[in-house]
Amino acid sequence: MTEVAEITVVSYLRWIPLLPLASAALNGVLGASIHKRFGERAISALACAPVTISFILACVALAELAGLPEHDRFLLDHVAPWIAIGSLRVDIAFAADPLTAVMMLVVTGVGGIIHYYAIGYMHGDRSYWRFFAFFNLFMFAMLTLVMGDSLLLMFVGWEGVGLCSYALIGFWYQDIEKARAGSKAFIVNRIGDFGFLLGIFLLFWTLDAAGHGTVVFREIEANVGLLEGRFFWGFPVAVLVGLFLFLGAVGKSAQIPLHVWLPDAMAGPTPVSALIHAATMVTAGVYMIGRMHFLYSAAPAALTVVAVVGATTALVAATIGVAQNDIKKVLAYSTVSQLGYMCLAMGVGAYVWGIFHLFTHAFFKGCLFLGSGSVIHGMGGEQDMRNMGGLRRHMPRTFWTFLISTLAIAGAPFTAGFFSKDGILAEAYGRGGLGLWLAGALGAGLTAFYMFRQVFMVFFGECRAGEHTRHHLHESPAVMTVPLVILAAGALLVGWLGLPPFLGFLGPNLFEAWLEPVFGHPHAGLSHETEMVLTAISLSMAGAGVYLAYRMYYTGRTSPETFSEFAGGIPYRAVYNKYWFDEVYDAVFVRATMLLAKAGALCDRYIIDGIVDGSATLTALWSRVTGIFDLGFIDGAVNTISDSVLDWGSRLRKVQTGSINAYLYAIVAGVVGITILRMIWFAGV
Amino acid sequence: MIGLEHYLVVSVLLFSLGIFCVLTRRNALGILLGIELILNAANINYIAFNRYSGAAYDGQVFAIFVIMLAAAEATIGLAIVLGIYRSFRTIDVEAIDRLRG
Repeated sequence: MTEVAEITVVSYLRWIPLLPLASAALNGVLGASIHKRFGERAISALACAPVTISFILACVALAELAGLPEHDRFLLDHVAPWIAIGSLRVDIAFAADPLTAVMMLVVTGVGGIIHYYAIGYMHGDRSYWRFFAFFNLFMFAMLTLVMGDSLLLMFVGWEGVGLCSYALIGFWYQDIEKARAGSKAFIVNRIGDFGFLLGIFLLFWTLDAAGHGTVVFREIEANVGLLEGRFFWGFPVAVLVGLFLFLGAVGKSAQIPLHVWLPDAMAGPTPVSALIHAATMVTAGVYMIGRMHFLYSAAPAALTVVAVVGATTALVAATIGVAQNDIKKVLAYSTVSQLGYMCLAMGVGAYVWGIFHLFTHAFFKGCLFLGSGSVIHGMGGEQDMRNMGGLRRHMPRTFWTFLISTLAIAGAPFTAGFFSKDGILAEAYGRGGLGLWLAGALGAGLTAFYMFRQVFMVFFGECRAGEHTRHHLHESPAVMTVPLVILAAGALLVGWLGLPPFLGFLGPNLFEAWLEPVFGHPHAGLSHETEMVLTAISLSMAGAGVYLAYRMYYTGRTSPETFSEFAGGIPYRAVYNKYWFDEVYDAVFVRATMLLAKAGALCDRYIIDGIVDGSATLTALWSRVTGIFDLGFIDGAVNTISDSVLDWGSRLRKVQTGSINAYLYAIVAGVVGITILRMIWFAGV
Repeated sequence: MIGLEHYLVVSVLLFSLGIFCVLTRRNALGILLGIELILNAANINYIAFNRYSGAAYDGQVFAIFVIMLAAAEATIGLAIVLGIYRSFRTIDVEAIDRLRG
């Protein structure tokens, strides 16, 4: 963005986040009475209309950007001054450049579709209005995160999406397990947010010391050179800031080792899983790295960490996904794994491909989640795939859209996932090296396996559901299946926006050209032949995965036990139990905190209480000595006094009502009385 | 043009609402919420006076202290409310009068 010659000032950008905020406020404050008086329709109209308008405005912004000369593509909407303290000047301002435009379209577009889907999915819920209030608040926070002009405004959105995620995971809070899942997501995210904050502080502090204190993105980019040669505790500042910010991304984008909250987050309603925990919020970390790409490019060591964490996550999460039986848990681990691919792409400096995968992933993963929601809806709440099967006949539309998205995520040729994932793998090979590529390619094979395992278990074979459920099996209403069809169409088609170089004869890579003003034009520079070979290898891995799933879960010619009992069953148990991440964290962090609390209580009980008791005993002993003296001489006088004290006491005790309200009234009356006295006696002082 | 008075009026309104909330609520959580309002009314005063008196950052620093204090107060307050609930099975402050003389 340093090259931005001219900034176009507009005044409509602010409405993209503010409209959802307005309807969130309306539904949040008056929702219960609106629901009672006008019914569900009014609530959902209030929720969906502003998101739709936001989407239209985002399209307007996209069109305006496209109409500008390539290097002037920057819209700014300055709303109000916000913070002015010392050399820190932060304004509330929304900006849009080509990268923002992509994110705005994903958030408002896919988000809008999921809003409509939720009308059907949440139908009949007791807290219908509360759901949509938080859903709209989430849209506001996410759009602020994406469009905010400065790191601080981004952080506001960052925290906002975390809050909404917490509230929506624990949406059915009467179930203590679900409420706990919400708390877990919030607490794990806090670890990341802490890093994010430290990153902002360190960045501002260093730039300020160099004479250009700022948190505005384009000013940071212009001054990023000032970080060079600056050290903090012996580490280069650029690397430290990059790592701190990445810690935030690890939390938000569920990378290992902070991925543990995302699978539990599936406790929320399915539209929440689709919108927040698949399509948008979890990609915030990836987007942040894209936004700060100039910093990461100046800190190769931080980028290496990003790439390694990404590749590890992509592979490890995929292995866990293989052994899950809950339809949403499989998708959750698949999301973690796909986010790993995005981080891998960012880490090798292939920002365009990371954002492109984010873009395509929003379509097919959104569709998969909504499809699983449709299945759960039809099965009357059942989520265990072992009790499903044969749904293909009962839910044809859900089946076909689910199948298309599965093909896309598995990387079947010419679907969206094929273009984006192979782009990432090629860049990982060209710039990262063989190890990163191998992890990614193995992950691709596993992805194909567990996704088709899911398709075969859910939609093919005999129905294993109970008599009652089977009787009630039905396709979901149109308000739920139409969004599925739209997203599946996206999963099939949006890949063509980003054609790889070796398919260059089919047309240019539009996506890369669009983001070129932001990211420049870095390339791995692989020959077409190498790219084709890499693609062939990852395709055959995916093919092998599909074939294995077919043999194991469709024809049944290979028994799953061949693998689950391999090497004494240890590898299988490891992935089935998710490598015991939760258990280890529980033992190390949760138990340790509890132990500390217990130690504190013991210290209080025995040491502090011991000292207090000891001094009391000493006092008692001494008083016994003095008591002898007392008895003889002083008692007479004292008894008279004590009688009168007793008398007064019994009168005064009536003041001690024990009622907290009475005390509060007394406090306020006292303060008011003192104020009045002060005004009378010291008037004018 | 927005001047000091405007901020003070907002602060007074917030403070009054807080006092009203504290005095009328029977729910212990409601009382805690009222206290938060009162603290934030004080914050607005700090910031507004700081802004219009031309002082350096004194008021802002105090506001930060108040925010931290409010956070600590909420933590302890909620823990106490939880403790009360555990032993009385209610957080209605009218019903809790074990300290009656």
